[in-house]
Amino acid sequence: MIRSSVGVGVVIGTGYVTKSIWRRYLTEFANTVEAPYQGSKVPSLWFEIDAQNMVTLHSTKVEMGQGAFTGLAQIAAEEFDMPLSNFRVVHAESISGNIDAFGTGGSTSISSLWTPLREMAATMREMIRLQASKQLNVALDEVKAANGIVTDGKQSFTYGEIVLKVVEWEEVDTPELKSVKDFKVIGKALPRVDLKEKVSGAPIYGMDAQMPDMVFGAVLRPNTIDAILTSADTSEAENMPGVIKIVREDDFIGVIANTYFEAENAKNAIKAVWTPNLLWQSRDIVEKTKVGKGKASSIQKSGNPSKYLKDDEGIITAEYSSPIGAHAQIEPNGAVAFVKEDGAEIILSTQVVEITRKEVAKRLGFKKDQVNIIPTFLGGAFGRRLHSAHAVQAAVMSKAVGKPVKCFFNRQEEFQNDTFRPPTHHVLKAKLNEDGLIEALEHNVSSGAVAVGSPLLPSIVPTLMGSDLGAWRGGMIQYSGIPNYEAISWFVELPFATSWWRSLGLLANTFAIESFMDELAIKAGKDPIEFRLAQIDDSKAGYRLKEVIIAAAQKSGWTNEVKDGRAMGFACSTDVNTPVAQVVEVSIENDEIKVHKVTCAMDPGLVINPDQVRAQCEGAIIMGMSAAMFEKMDVVDSQLKPIIYGPYKMALMKHAPKEIDVVLIQNSDTPGGVGEPPLGPIGAAIANAVFRLTGQRLRDMPLTLA
Amino acid sequence: MEITFTINGQSTTVDVDGNTPLLWVVRDVLDLKGTKFGCGKAACGACTLHIDGMAIRSCSYPVQYASDKQITTIEGLSNGSELHPVQQAWEEEIVPQCGYCQPGFMMATAALLNQNPNPTDEDIDNNISNVCRCATYYRMRKAIHRAAEITNQNA
Repeated sequence: MIRSSVGVGVVIGTGYVTKSIWRRYLTEFANTVEAPYQGSKVPSLWFEIDAQNMVTLHSTKVEMGQGAFTGLAQIAAEEFDMPLSNFRVVHAESISGNIDAFGTGGSTSISSLWTPLREMAATMREMIRLQASKQLNVALDEVKAANGIVTDGKQSFTYGEIVLKVVEWEEVDTPELKSVKDFKVIGKALPRVDLKEKVSGAPIYGMDAQMPDMVFGAVLRPNTIDAILTSADTSEAENMPGVIKIVREDDFIGVIANTYFEAENAKNAIKAVWTPNLLWQSRDIVEKTKVGKGKASSIQKSGNPSKYLKDDEGIITAEYSSPIGAHAQIEPNGAVAFVKEDGAEIILSTQVVEITRKEVAKRLGFKKDQVNIIPTFLGGAFGRRLHSAHAVQAAVMSKAVGKPVKCFFNRQEEFQNDTFRPPTHHVLKAKLNEDGLIEALEHNVSSGAVAVGSPLLPSIVPTLMGSDLGAWRGGMIQYSGIPNYEAISWFVELPFATSWWRSLGLLANTFAIESFMDELAIKAGKDPIEFRLAQIDDSKAGYRLKEVIIAAAQKSGWTNEVKDGRAMGFACSTDVNTPVAQVVEVSIENDEIKVHKVTCAMDPGLVINPDQVRAQCEGAIIMGMSAAMFEKMDVVDSQLKPIIYGPYKMALMKHAPKEIDVVLIQNSDTPGGVGEPPLGPIGAAIANAVFRLTGQRLRDMPLTLA
Repeated sequence: MEITFTINGQSTTVDVDGNTPLLWVVRDVLDLKGTKFGCGKAACGACTLHIDGMAIRSCSYPVQYASDKQITTIEGLSNGSELHPVQQAWEEEIVPQCGYCQPGFMMATAALLNQNPNPTDEDIDNNISNVCRCATYYRMRKAIHRAAEITNQNA
């Protein structure tokens, strides 16, 4: 039976608000722990050095625009003691054995590899030094390795020249790593290592992949959620020009033809009937997602908030919401697969090399090492490439015709078969004390699945926690100076697939909490920045958060006054150990919100490449603006709409702020996450500015003026 | 049907269904992969190339209309070994992130500069309507102004 829309298939939570302390402990632990690197730590799998002294770094992390290739090369170059220009970076093919079981995501590429990669690079350098001492026949401590050259004081050779003569490598102990003060490559704003290819239009993406004698596949995909394919008449399609074969499997129907166009035309000629189970509309989804409808669990608690929030007297409350969001990455998903008797080769843009390899091997009855996944550059990902069923489909079709098959989604299929950002609903409650500070605060967030059902997490993890750690990301209270507070996560099952979308719950949760903080500050008659600073404790995390808040306020020239038709708004968040504070400056032009300037102060810890960290801030800010101000998927008679850019309104050049001022603070000597954290505050900062300007409190994304 | 046009300075004849969008002829018949597929409905601009110097969204342009025309793709934008001013500016400002939509933006910018060598911010807002999901617009705007500067210096 072919079903549309993926059910999450995991039931979590057992009762009304789960109060168990160990669950909350596990949840808080998950919020603070850094994702460990789950890949190989063998230097020879990572580095290849040629006679020209060029190092090829085989990256287990994929490059999807976040700049991981450049950052990782800088980290390796530092311990190699070589300039970055001696490095080229490629994606590690799975057959090489250099695989990261976690994949790429969660703003962890740099932070998780920070130590292992330096250790591997330093070890490799020491192995070269040892070889040099043998080749030069001098004691090891007489050989120095620096700037890509080894020397005993008399003769000098490049690393590459030494490597060329190696007969057998000898392992060495991992040496002591360089200290921060000695860094020469780390911390420099060097150009991206993939700049030349990307400026010249080189064929580096999955969509550009091809193999000799390749044909094209097209898969029949549903346009209706919660439906079953009850019939599919392929007789007309079979006789269309160029059609080679139609494949009917238990879980999909695919057409194979000579060209992309012929495959698409034949697929469109299939008379398919999708019979819906229930007929869904947007309002049903909104209703289902309301706080109080799903399974709840307490994810954070301090003091006794319910004591203060139980009756109605003096309680301030507000509700917020965010809609279904599409990934809308420009490169569609797809794969080129070639299945032979003894194995398969798949070229594709994916965030999950190992999961894709396992799924393809399982379907074809191969062992894992008979399947070679060849990752390419990704034309955007944002969480959309954590699911690679299309790789399995391309492989099945290739097997059926004995030729390489290329198969990818068209744009309508992308919009209707996305693994969407789930809609959310938030209820916030608070009570102020006599000094106008918060006595008690409660955040309830209800959301569809993010991490639950994701291939990245063992299904046992959310079950153990009783909550979805992706949905509540950013949903905890960061103002630990408040005496009583609690965050409660409500999980709902939706009739369509939802999953990771850049920053997961951070954008929506920060929108709700930080808008509410603004409302409370106004109720208390306080400046919203002073109000926040007064309720942050003196822990290390609190200190780092205060520093970015103060920096953003100072750099932006923060004021509560409306000047020349412009007002400022403030918000802040902490995600993957990275605090971010943003001040936006808005006006209303032609009845629309116009964002003129964003000041963003961020402390991602040690910065590897300040230019690329700035680039991530700029991009995340505008992507976050896009989601907060424009984007929304609707459900109309069980169909996800719109199905094309334009009607799916997104931020364009004309919406981008003319000024983005990024202030980087480094109050940690290890790198934290960068790709997602700056997406957090932007929605709330805009809404807070709009309130100052118009008196309208916009509590629903996308922000719409009355 | 046989269709002849000039692409990146080379006279070329293809034998394809005349209704095939030019994009697929460029990508799959002529193997020039710099011009990208994004939506197939002229909505995102990833497939932008030049026909007789004008920016065209090639996913929705039947190849038969390209007969006898001059086509330029990102691969033909540079003058041999030297990058086009737009590409130079894109490099200087380190614009690309994932990079997938960038050829379309560079082609749209090059066509804009042909018609308007000194575009204002408003001209840019009104003419550059492609979609970049990494949202590199902030650097793109700087790069467009820089490209205009380089072009005018060279002139």
